[in-house]
Amino acid sequence: MAAEKAEMDALKKECDGLRTQIEAARKGVNDGNMSSAAGSATDVGRVQLKLRKSLKGHLAKIYSMHWSSDSRSMVSASQDGKLLVWDTHTGNKLVAVPLKSAWVMSVAFAPSGNLVASGGLDNMCTVSNIKAASPKTLRELDAHTGYLSCCRFLSDTEILTASGDTTCCLWDLETGKQKIIFTNHIGDCMSLALSTDENTFVSGACDSLAKLWDLREGTCKQTFSGHTSDINFFPNGNAFVTGSDDCTCKMYDLRSDQEVITYQDASLNAGVTSLTLSNSGRLIFAGYDDFNCHIWDSLKGEKVGVLSGHDNRVSCTGVPADGMGVCTGSWDSFLKLWN
Amino acid sequence: MSSKAHSSNSIAHARRTVQQLRIEASIERIKVSKASADLMNYCSEHARIDPLLMGIPTSDNPFKDKKTCTIL
Repeated sequence: MAAEKAEMDALKKECDGLRTQIEAARKGVNDGNMSSAAGSATDVGRVQLKLRKSLKGHLAKIYSMHWSSDSRSMVSASQDGKLLVWDTHTGNKLVAVPLKSAWVMSVAFAPSGNLVASGGLDNMCTVSNIKAASPKTLRELDAHTGYLSCCRFLSDTEILTASGDTTCCLWDLETGKQKIIFTNHIGDCMSLALSTDENTFVSGACDSLAKLWDLREGTCKQTFSGHTSDINFFPNGNAFVTGSDDCTCKMYDLRSDQEVITYQDASLNAGVTSLTLSNSGRLIFAGYDDFNCHIWDSLKGEKVGVLSGHDNRVSCTGVPADGMGVCTGSWDSFLKLWN
Repeated sequence: MSSKAHSSNSIAHARRTVQQLRIEASIERIKVSKASADLMNYCSEHARIDPLLMGIPTSDNPFKDKKTCTIL
């Protein structure tokens, strides 16, 4: 007993020492923040985007949407128990996928455009082939012990999931089995974002931490404290942005290992539900509980515009690969396209 | 759970935490000013190919409803 206590004390002392060392190292490189550095960047002025389409079809709250890599198709998920695949150029619905469980929280499009994945309070990730004559369930990935909060395909054979059971998981779609389980968070994992080279991903969780993971080794490489409900990479892959129910968004740089700017405004008292970036990374589109999507200048930290039109919380946002617009999805059951 | 099993679990957990912190403490960090400058450079280099920043001419706008012309 005494030996164990001594070891515990030594380990605790080492933990505290390492934490202090990390904070000191971060402070050591903290020679100024982004908004002061961005003083020399050109102004973006007022960003005024117009509503181009309102997509009507869901009968209940929309919880998630994801663009296809062709920048034209888009899939949305609603607690009316359906996934809808849309042709955003015409506004037409292409496919309706009925869900076994209506409590869906996340949806994803495979890069090939052949598959979609969804899941939620059923704790499963269901993968469907939407190119078949009628949507066919390919796999039900069933191993998480908590809700599925987010899913993202790497390809038609691999998918990454985040769960309320505090883990993220890489699955092999050919076998339907887990390949790697990423454990380190101590709170529900709420969101994840893949890096473009697919070697790493970032996850956000209710433990107020964001973590960077090595996708192939299964290890956690860096941990950032702050907050997270949604998370997305900055296009150069060296930074990521997070949004939170504390009404702010933040940008973290991976190479400085810390937060570089906070996006907050005294007049904004609503939680951030989702966020996405324009192709250059200059604009952040953040969906809030106040029914709006506010637009931020990512470098200067200023609010530069707003997308107003939804009658309820904006629950999801997304910019397609060609950067030609932004889609907002809401609890009001509509998706809107703006540019 | 016996107190012995519980304490060995805690030790295992503490060892994992130390291991993880060692990994995180060992990384190289660059100055925030350099990180900020790189992010700014990326934005300015890619501004021209960012349709939401530059604006989209009506004829090229894929989401705009095409109005049909009628001959009166």
